[in-house]
Amino acid sequence: MIAEGISLQQLISGTYILSALLFVYGLKMLGKPDTARRGNMLSSVGMLIAIVVTLLAEEILSFQWIVIAAIAGGVVGAFAARMIAMTSMPEMVALFNGSGGLASLMVGWAALYTTGNTTFTVFTIFLAILIGGVTFSGSLVAWGKLSEVMPSGAIVFKAQRLVNGVLLLALIFAGVMLCLNPSTTSNEFYAVIALSLIFGVMVVIPIGGADMPVVISLLNSYSGLAACAAGFAINNVILIVAGSLVGAAGLILTNIMCKAMNRSLANVLFSGFGAVKTATKVEGEVKPIVAEDAFLVLEAASNVTFVPGYGMAVAQAQHVVRELGELLEANGCEVTYAIHPVAGRMPGHMNVLLAEANVPYDQLIEMDEINPRIENVDVAVVIGANDVVNPAAREDENSPIYGMPIINVDKARTVFVLKRSMASGFSGVDNPLFFGDNTRMLFGDAKESLSRVIAEFKS
Amino acid sequence: MEAVFLTFILMLSIFLGFELISKVPATLHTPLMSGANAISGITVVGALLATGSGHGAISGILGAVAVALAMINVVGGYLVTDRMLAMFKKKENPAAGKGGSRS
Repeated sequence: MIAEGISLQQLISGTYILSALLFVYGLKMLGKPDTARRGNMLSSVGMLIAIVVTLLAEEILSFQWIVIAAIAGGVVGAFAARMIAMTSMPEMVALFNGSGGLASLMVGWAALYTTGNTTFTVFTIFLAILIGGVTFSGSLVAWGKLSEVMPSGAIVFKAQRLVNGVLLLALIFAGVMLCLNPSTTSNEFYAVIALSLIFGVMVVIPIGGADMPVVISLLNSYSGLAACAAGFAINNVILIVAGSLVGAAGLILTNIMCKAMNRSLANVLFSGFGAVKTATKVEGEVKPIVAEDAFLVLEAASNVTFVPGYGMAVAQAQHVVRELGELLEANGCEVTYAIHPVAGRMPGHMNVLLAEANVPYDQLIEMDEINPRIENVDVAVVIGANDVVNPAAREDENSPIYGMPIINVDKARTVFVLKRSMASGFSGVDNPLFFGDNTRMLFGDAKESLSRVIAEFKS
Repeated sequence: MEAVFLTFILMLSIFLGFELISKVPATLHTPLMSGANAISGITVVGALLATGSGHGAISGILGAVAVALAMINVVGGYLVTDRMLAMFKKKENPAAGKGGSRS
């Protein structure tokens, strides 16, 4: 009997190695456009294997609730994945992060019911609840900001630092008490759960909407680390391996996003507290252009770059952008799409939207690739982007975004800026680009403006 | 001893993760994130064990809810990643009227 038990446990653990291998290889293949889809498939096979082999475990006595819960979750997930619009991807990834975090919190919580936990195990249970709770409530706030259910700007109040400090101390205290006296009914235990959830809200509210790519990446990382902590709590190696892979992936993306804004992670997370710099007000004359004239310029151009931003997603303009791009190509023009790393509300957001509109990915180029040859671009068409093309980041030391690398569209021969009206963009930064000698403003809804240009092409 | 062993695995996996991800092109950042998100649903394994193992009713309920939540993550994450990746196409058909301007 004992011998049988050991061999079954060994079979399960051995199969986990296969799963881990598939995750690792799948992630590696996800890094290249040609193999990404197969990589994702491999990784899902790894997950399937891990789930199936776990069901063989001797500890599992009843399957009734497992089957019901798994089907319920699977149906919700499949439905969400099929129905979601690509523009709403950031919101959905936020919600998925949150549900993963809450699941890890509950796995940690349930582990507390196991008898004979060592202090180290209880400590990891505490970590699973803490990280899982922060991921869950933080993701909900991020979702609220992204879907504009709540104000998307930074929410700051007096003594925020003090409140957070007290909160953190209380969390540590409750955690220590829990480790010394593990119990599922003690006040310390409930305090740990409640404080973790509150802390998650507190860390995300001071972060403004334009910094969302960083927050999403970071929460992604947390959801992995929560699974990792849960793995320690129940002594399960596959949770630790898979969770830490995700944790590392999220951290790398976070780092890339921070670099793209020339800010440290601490600055993104806490800048809401600091004094806000005000940019030098720029004054000048805005030169509007109508669609008919824009068409004439574009028709004569031999090199056009589109620079999309979050506004393109809002206006749902990606399909007309692609249509215009194809017309220009048919006209003998070289067309590229230059994408800033933090354009949109999550890493790679613009790339997905353009891919959805059938733009081939080899036409999507990165900031570092376009900037050295931006002088040779006849027309740079800025669609719903603001901060990522704001020359103040280069020139105005007082600007809050000073030092952030930008796509230097102001150095292109001509710049078209598609803009609804003259209100300043998301961060409230005045943008000297709008007053540039070579800048023409095409006012109105981006989709309508482009449609009118396309109509000119076709007539 | 167990703790040391697990921490050792943790350390190696994090390093491996950094090595694997560091060279991903910006185009794939969103699918990478949602794909990684699906992997973080691995916590479903812990939830399965908690649900079935009869450490009491509360543990079972927590486990079952966790199974449902983690399955949302797993199924939704993989499917949406696949849906996105299916849209990424290379330029190959010069069907848009004439041959490309690049040779």
